[in-house]
Amino acid sequence: MPNEKIPIKNPFSLQVDPDLFKPATEEEKAQQVQMRESVSFMRDALRRLSRNRLAMVCVVLILVVALVAFLVPQFYPYSYTKQDVTSKYLHPFEYSAKEQAKIDKGVAVFPHIMGTDALGRDYAIRVIYGTRISLLVGIFSALIVIVIGIIYGSISGYFGGRVDNVMMRVVDIIYALPDVLIVILLSVAIKEMVSSSNNVLIAKLGAGMVSIFMVFGLLYWVGMARQVRGQILSIKEQEYVLAARATGASAARIIRKHMIPNCVSVIIIVAAMQIPSAIFTESFLSFLGLGVSIPMPSLGSLAADARSGLNSYPYLLIFPAMSIFLIVLSFNLLGNGLRDAFDPKLRS
Amino acid sequence: MNSKFLIYMFKRLGMALLTIFLVIAITFFVMHAIPASPFSSEKAKSDAVIKALEIKYGFDKPLGVQFLNYLWGVLHFDFGLSTAWVGFTVADLIMGGFSYSASIGFTAAFIAIILGILFGCLAALNRGKWLDSVIQVVTTALVSMPSFVVATLLLLFVSFRLGWFPSLGNQPGGMVLPIVSLSLYPMAYITRLQRSSMLDVLGADYIRTARAKGVKSSKVIYKHALKNALTPVITYAGPMMAYILTGSMVVENIFSVPGLGRLFTNSMLRTDYMMIMGVTIFLAFMIILMNFISDVLYKVMDPRIDLA
Amino acid sequence: MQHLLEVKNLQTTFFTPSGEVRAVGNVSFNLEPGKVLGIVGESGSGKSVTAYSILQILTHPGRIVGGSVKLHGQELVGLPEEEMRKVRGNKISIIFQDPMTSLNPVFTIGNQLMEAIILHTQRPREQARERAIEMLRLVGINEPEKRIHQYAYELSGGMRQRVMIAMALACEPDILIADEPTTALDVTIQAQILELMLELQKKLGMAIIMITHDLGVIANMCDEVVVMYAGRICERGTAPEIFYNPRHEYTRGLLRSIPNIDNDEKSRLIPIMGTPVDLLNLPKGCPFAPRCERAMKVCLNQFPEEYWVAKDHIASCWVNVLEKVGAPLAELGGQEAAQQMAREGEEAAQ
Repeated sequence: MPNEKIPIKNPFSLQVDPDLFKPATEEEKAQQVQMRESVSFMRDALRRLSRNRLAMVCVVLILVVALVAFLVPQFYPYSYTKQDVTSKYLHPFEYSAKEQAKIDKGVAVFPHIMGTDALGRDYAIRVIYGTRISLLVGIFSALIVIVIGIIYGSISGYFGGRVDNVMMRVVDIIYALPDVLIVILLSVAIKEMVSSSNNVLIAKLGAGMVSIFMVFGLLYWVGMARQVRGQILSIKEQEYVLAARATGASAARIIRKHMIPNCVSVIIIVAAMQIPSAIFTESFLSFLGLGVSIPMPSLGSLAADARSGLNSYPYLLIFPAMSIFLIVLSFNLLGNGLRDAFDPKLRS
Repeated sequence: MNSKFLIYMFKRLGMALLTIFLVIAITFFVMHAIPASPFSSEKAKSDAVIKALEIKYGFDKPLGVQFLNYLWGVLHFDFGLSTAWVGFTVADLIMGGFSYSASIGFTAAFIAIILGILFGCLAALNRGKWLDSVIQVVTTALVSMPSFVVATLLLLFVSFRLGWFPSLGNQPGGMVLPIVSLSLYPMAYITRLQRSSMLDVLGADYIRTARAKGVKSSKVIYKHALKNALTPVITYAGPMMAYILTGSMVVENIFSVPGLGRLFTNSMLRTDYMMIMGVTIFLAFMIILMNFISDVLYKVMDPRIDLA
Repeated sequence: MQHLLEVKNLQTTFFTPSGEVRAVGNVSFNLEPGKVLGIVGESGSGKSVTAYSILQILTHPGRIVGGSVKLHGQELVGLPEEEMRKVRGNKISIIFQDPMTSLNPVFTIGNQLMEAIILHTQRPREQARERAIEMLRLVGINEPEKRIHQYAYELSGGMRQRVMIAMALACEPDILIADEPTTALDVTIQAQILELMLELQKKLGMAIIMITHDLGVIANMCDEVVVMYAGRICERGTAPEIFYNPRHEYTRGLLRSIPNIDNDEKSRLIPIMGTPVDLLNLPKGCPFAPRCERAMKVCLNQFPEEYWVAKDHIASCWVNVLEKVGAPLAELGGQEAAQQMAREGEEAAQ
């Protein structure tokens, strides 16, 4: 290597501002670090949920549907039972001859937004009532599942050992039963019993509703119970719980600080998934004629009735079909959003 | 096939038998809890006639004896006599209807599995691209539609409006719409399941190992990823069977297919308790059998699973 | 001079929904045949991503965005996938951190071993099977004829890592990349695995890239060392240089934080304060500056260039500039300049 290629000059002495080489202060250093703020799990999950635009649209949609379903019947001019032979099978916004005559006289007549059915009943109010049934079934079923599932699951998980063994065997057996078949069977039986007894409550609710709630109370909670138990068992063995115990945290504190927050995500996710399945089951039973009692409409029974004259009056199918589709879709998407937001495995 | 596996099989079989027994018991006692006699609904029958019928069908004996008799009969595939279809045994009627339901149901299941796995893989491999989005939107919509909505909409648009397929199941090509109605939901469900399990697997360390060995990416997918990603789908076999069998009650009615589902709804209308019990037990048996098969298959596919 | 492996200005970015993460930025190093190169750094420093980038087994959303990787002078970046596959497992192999999850659970050990052999050597099945058995015996697994029919879950962690090594070496690669091969193992097993690797290296003569956060492993095994922090190289050089003449504050910190038997037993270990940087919000200047005791104003604003600080030793730290040690890498003859300066320094000290 020829000698002149070696730079003789000190390569750093030129064009360097000595000020730059003064020590940096702690504040200056701290400025460089942008820490992401640390947030609690719940708040983080809720924030992630609120950022999920699709899920938020679904929340709004569900709230609007619920408001319509529960408020509109209060002031709606038509009742879901009122039959009118003169206004059979009116298309949406069509008026019967009698109503047209009234309008001609200058009397305001509220339009049949969704037309009327085979018995001349206003269809919009029937669809609204049907939607209300679907929502009620979904929410009450979720509540039943939450209450029974949490109690059963936490007892099993908390005590562990033999208690857990026996309780989980029961869960295994229930889990293996074909639930929809049993719902159908119970509905058939209850329907027969209703027709031969005078139990007002059951008669009013309808065989399908009673059997759905019974079966949810008897069978559907096992999924929730399993999840809750699994969470509690795994949390019990986590090092941080051992550490909390070792530092003298009380059982109440451990349950409040560790068990509940960890279970809440699972409970929310499972409950959210339960709602669409309950709505499905109810509409299915109603379609088979095992649901709510006549004349109370349900989306399933409306769709079933729409089958006669389907080709001429397709709107009788389209409206309840759209309604059930929108409700179940919203709950499904919300459920997905909740799962994404609350599943700690996905937390990154 | 080691001894551990055999022990697992036997345990699982015992569980299945216990479940079937429970279903028979539940079915029997629920139906017998109905206070009304199965014959009282039929018109113009004197008390004496009803009594005679009850003796003929064995309804006069104590409940426990009746149950044991019934259980004994079920073990011999004898579900008694139909009360609505006079002169037929429940077993004969079931087999008659089952031949229709089976051909629809198995075809639907087959289509759902094949297309579901295919679409699921396609979506996972194109994650974030338009194909994935389309598949996601369509399947989310499909799992939000009850079977009766799908079936009636298909009847209205594809059969009545477009006239592509007949509306009745007994006409040529009439089985197409019932099959499509029954397969859409499970197909969408399997697609979603397959997509997420495929995504899980594609992120696994052993996939990285395979790629690092220089294995072709197509082979990484169909050899290393697919076999692992299929296991969750196998667990869906049982629920799918339940969906298709109960869904057939609706779909067979809508398309007038003389299958098991239609038979079941007809026996509800005609309050034929023997039929209701028989069909319920038969359907439950099919579902439990499918659950058993899928559980065993699951262990065969994935040797990791603890055979406890 | 042609190196066995020449990595130059390698840049890899992960395009995540929350922003671009530059996991590897401007990484350069060379590897000579038969040598062991250590890459050391804490979690998230880009060690593993560097390895995956060399083999191009990055997963979505990671992508090489610049630089070059040359094997025997042949450029690998931009090579068609078909050609790249012939490199993976054949010329360059890798073993991973967690042997528990790195083997496919649904195929037998033999199946997975033979896959690579058949793929790269086109041997018939029977011969591939024999080769697999031979490899298992080589890595010290007893009854290999029986083991090839077993599944991964039937083996212990140490055994699985041996299988991984057997799989990686089956095609006699020129380079073995070991991505924290012992982190997930028990301490006693760790020593066995490292010993096995050195023994096999002597037998088969391949070069090893040893990725670890364990300086002890580096000291025991490596000829050359690359120290990484936040996806950047802090300094690189021969192992003695790095250990006895560290020229980057991060390396100095690392060395201060490990126990040393020679030290006074009352002397305390000094941890590096602060937390690793958030790769999504990298500081403008030197990524280590916020945690650096000797951070200067320039450190916060400007990334230090790489400088020769001695023959076979390159560092990028402003402290060297302050202390007037070394010459820029880019400048022609920088290495010699550094050498000369070091000599002058020694003379001055005498």
